[in-house]
Amino acid sequence: MTISELMFPPAFIMILGAMLLPVVRASFRPVLLVLVPLLTLLMIWNLDDGVLLTARFLGYEVELVEASNVRRLFATIFALMAMIGGFFAFQHARVVEMSASMAYAAGAVGVSFAGDLITLFLFWEFMALFSTVVVWCGGTEEARRAGIRYGIMHLIGGIVLKIGIEGVAVQTGSIEVQALMLDSFATWMILIGVLINAAAPPVSAWLSDAYPEASPTGSVILSAFTTKTAVLALLLLFPGQQVLIWVGLYMIFYGIIYALMENDMRRILAYSIVNQVGFMVVGVGIGTELALNGVAAHAFSHIIYKALLLMSAGAVIVQTGKRKCTDLGGLYRTMPVTAICGTIGALAISSFPYTSGFISKSMISQSAAYGELAFVWYGLVAASAGVFLHAGIKFPWFVFFQKDSGLRPKDPSWNMQAAMIIFAVACVLLGVFPSLLYQFLPYEVTYVPYTADHLVTQLQLLLFAGLAFFVTLPLMKRTLTISLDIDFFYRKLGPKLWKSFVHWLVVLNGLFQTLVIDQGKRLPQLWIRYHGPDGPLARTWPTGSMLLWVAVMLVVILIGARLL
Amino acid sequence: MLMHLPVLVVLAPLLAAPIVALMRGATWPWLLSTLVSWFALLCAVLLLIQVQAEGVIIYTMGGWEAPWGIEYRIDFANALLLVLITGLASVVMPYARLSVEQEVGAERSPMFYAALLLLSLGLCGMTATGDAFNVFVFLEISSLATYTLIAMGRDRRALTASFSYLVMGTIGGTFYLIGIGLLYVMTGTLNMADLAERLPAISDSSTVRTGFAFIVTGICLKLALFPLHLWLPNAYTYSPSAVTALLGATATKVAVYILIRFVFTIFGPEYSFGAEPLAEVLIPLAVIGLLSASTVSIGQPNIKRMLAYSSVAQIGYIVLGIAMGTAMGLTAALLHVFNHGLMKGALFMTLGAVMYRMGGTNLSDMQGLAKTMPLTFWAFVIGGLSLIGVPLTVGFVSKWHLILAAIELGWWPVVIVILAGSMLAVVYVGRVVEAGFFGEARDPTRREAPASLLIPVWILIFANIYFGIDTRLTVDIAEAAAAQLMAGGVVR
Repeated sequence: MTISELMFPPAFIMILGAMLLPVVRASFRPVLLVLVPLLTLLMIWNLDDGVLLTARFLGYEVELVEASNVRRLFATIFALMAMIGGFFAFQHARVVEMSASMAYAAGAVGVSFAGDLITLFLFWEFMALFSTVVVWCGGTEEARRAGIRYGIMHLIGGIVLKIGIEGVAVQTGSIEVQALMLDSFATWMILIGVLINAAAPPVSAWLSDAYPEASPTGSVILSAFTTKTAVLALLLLFPGQQVLIWVGLYMIFYGIIYALMENDMRRILAYSIVNQVGFMVVGVGIGTELALNGVAAHAFSHIIYKALLLMSAGAVIVQTGKRKCTDLGGLYRTMPVTAICGTIGALAISSFPYTSGFISKSMISQSAAYGELAFVWYGLVAASAGVFLHAGIKFPWFVFFQKDSGLRPKDPSWNMQAAMIIFAVACVLLGVFPSLLYQFLPYEVTYVPYTADHLVTQLQLLLFAGLAFFVTLPLMKRTLTISLDIDFFYRKLGPKLWKSFVHWLVVLNGLFQTLVIDQGKRLPQLWIRYHGPDGPLARTWPTGSMLLWVAVMLVVILIGARLL
Repeated sequence: MLMHLPVLVVLAPLLAAPIVALMRGATWPWLLSTLVSWFALLCAVLLLIQVQAEGVIIYTMGGWEAPWGIEYRIDFANALLLVLITGLASVVMPYARLSVEQEVGAERSPMFYAALLLLSLGLCGMTATGDAFNVFVFLEISSLATYTLIAMGRDRRALTASFSYLVMGTIGGTFYLIGIGLLYVMTGTLNMADLAERLPAISDSSTVRTGFAFIVTGICLKLALFPLHLWLPNAYTYSPSAVTALLGATATKVAVYILIRFVFTIFGPEYSFGAEPLAEVLIPLAVIGLLSASTVSIGQPNIKRMLAYSSVAQIGYIVLGIAMGTAMGLTAALLHVFNHGLMKGALFMTLGAVMYRMGGTNLSDMQGLAKTMPLTFWAFVIGGLSLIGVPLTVGFVSKWHLILAAIELGWWPVVIVILAGSMLAVVYVGRVVEAGFFGEARDPTRREAPASLLIPVWILIFANIYFGIDTRLTVDIAEAAAAQLMAGGVVR
């Protein structure tokens, strides 16, 4: 497709789809849900590289569509996710949710192809708006509150990003999306704005706060877009920025620790999103070709298996109405399809050989090894074991196996099953034939995942992690029977270092809670008192008092002119 | 006829107003006023196109050359404003029929429409004229019409609101008159272009300085700069809905325009910001006003009053842009004048629809609106998003430029203030949206507002979105206007 033929960005197809969804007949909706992303995919794959569509906005020449390998890859998985996620949802979700999800996905596709910072920002805010609606569609009081907190968080993130972008626009005169140097206030603001969407510290909590409160179908959709567009933005704007390595490592361990202590199965998976995105952030921080390839590949495969895991969790919630691990168990008897698909997802997230996680995550850790970042490499390997513990074993074990909970739910509706099977097959296919994915990565891939060395290491790792899980099973269980008891966790695991680490993590998180979430309720009392409905500033004042102000202003201007 | 466009914008409503006042019933006065407003809009749009093609238009009244006669002088800045005023009037007029029938009553309709016409022509006249005294004349015409219109509100407090605005507005007008009197004494002219030519030579005199102080103070009262805004909340709250929409969208904006005209064209930016403490006075007031009025908005139980305080806050943004004294700041101010007119017009008209169906505009009347009056509710949501400054609405465009202007000057604290104002807007808009979306409707049987109210509302809502996406028209004109104004003085 040449420039002249391109009339509109690919995202517009999905925006149109989102607008059509509420007005078409219910029976036509599933068709639309599949057809619209399919058309988008078709368009995405017909885009040549380079800037394809520009427009004039705010006095700048904005690049609405700029295509490249990595952008196309991200857009592809976003469109794919919208399709399968929509198909998974169509029998259960409200129309508002389906429509908002489609618009949300459109925003993600739009960000993928944004050639300049303004376009990026526009679609960024578009996503924030509609993802908030998706959270609200959870329909409960918790969802309403979580949605408000989520909205405020993203509003702040958007504002920070906006300041950064305007600063860069003023200082450099260029709004191009390109690798930026962290040498000014403005670029730092952009980095922080993007990191907020990536659920980086100290605001990681917004993710696990909001996603589990959405509807069972909504959280599947939510898991895919916001954090991964942030990863793409980091990849395009800040490749090789050292600070990201530390941010990412923090996220990895934050995710693992909180997931291990959690009882709500969707919340476990939400923490594990933070953890997985942490891997990607580390990869961007390392910044070599291998690492960036790894980031792109891992984002792709992570979206698939995380959606698969959340689909299986969603199916369980739809069928049983329960969401706590302690209430569930033994479901494999009556929900075999869900159990198998969920387990495949769990294996994939643990990087089990011949699953998609194995061929993508290892690229990142390998790049740490090549880059002689020994500490980082150790961290990533240790974390891999942690991932297996919390998401790979804990989730399927307590939900589908373990003791019999007495529940006898059936497998969910056919479309949910079909969606799960498609993604489960995708996990395995990518694992067995890595070249399917490798050929679309930003740089040429020389990396070979299936070496004897790699296989053995990974299997050993998983074996010992698995062993550790079942040895400490009584401990794992105890954390589940009671509400979160952090004391227990760090008393058992002994060393003081560990204790203070966890402590600070919790303190930081609590600080965020009080600083951002609770602060809305505690604006300075004085200000409120003066500005409340009965405060002096809101009253009707006598005319004379305003005359006084008029006189004061007149005098100030007169005297001021003398002083100047 | 094209030659006479500058005066037709004013003349057509001026001729129609007495006829309207003499008519009987509600329908004919309404119809004539609507048609005249549309005609004025047509003239204004043609004027804007003409200015774009040919540059500044000078029209001498009755062929008398200035300084003997009055001249009208149209450049980018006032052409844009004329489109805003006549555009809003053209949307408000058709909207007014049902709303006025209910809130004012059929028997007073002819008077009402005549006053509304006088208001819009007064505002247009202030904008179009190139004569400082003529500004005062039109200022009084529009003000008198406003006092009448406010007093027609259904609530009895409308009378006191109108009276106190009468007193304060007259003080503002008098200050302005004293100011131009002083300038006339020194220069012997009332023509703006002549004033601009003659003032630099004598700008050191204390008479000119005093004139400057009087004019700025008087105009700041009319544009409701904090703390001279005290007349505004009651005036907006208790007027009939259609009046609030037109006033909220245009009246203070014209005062802003007059301020810009005096600061940049007549006194010139060097004098205003160099010899006079304009920035030092306006910036603190704008900043405090913006934060204070936004905070007051949050606590208001009456949504109309809430939006009135929000208007005071928005004036803060505009004055901030002017006080920066840079081309970018001025662009932002002009953009926000236009854009805020669009959003506040839309929002006040939405409230009029709520008033029509629910009989009030308190937060309790907004409960559950998403179910009972979805089109009205979503119009409010989009208008509210625009007020907050969400991308793809006009609010985003003007705040973008304002922040750009602040960053350009390196005024980071001001950037933070602007953003804090947006956050406060999120809160006060958010609570209405929350009530509408999650609240239980008091009376679930209430139906959607009639089409003749909704269509004008949605026209403005679409304008909010359209000008938020296609910024070529507004941004380019505002930039051109700012460039003209910064060049200062006379463009012959």
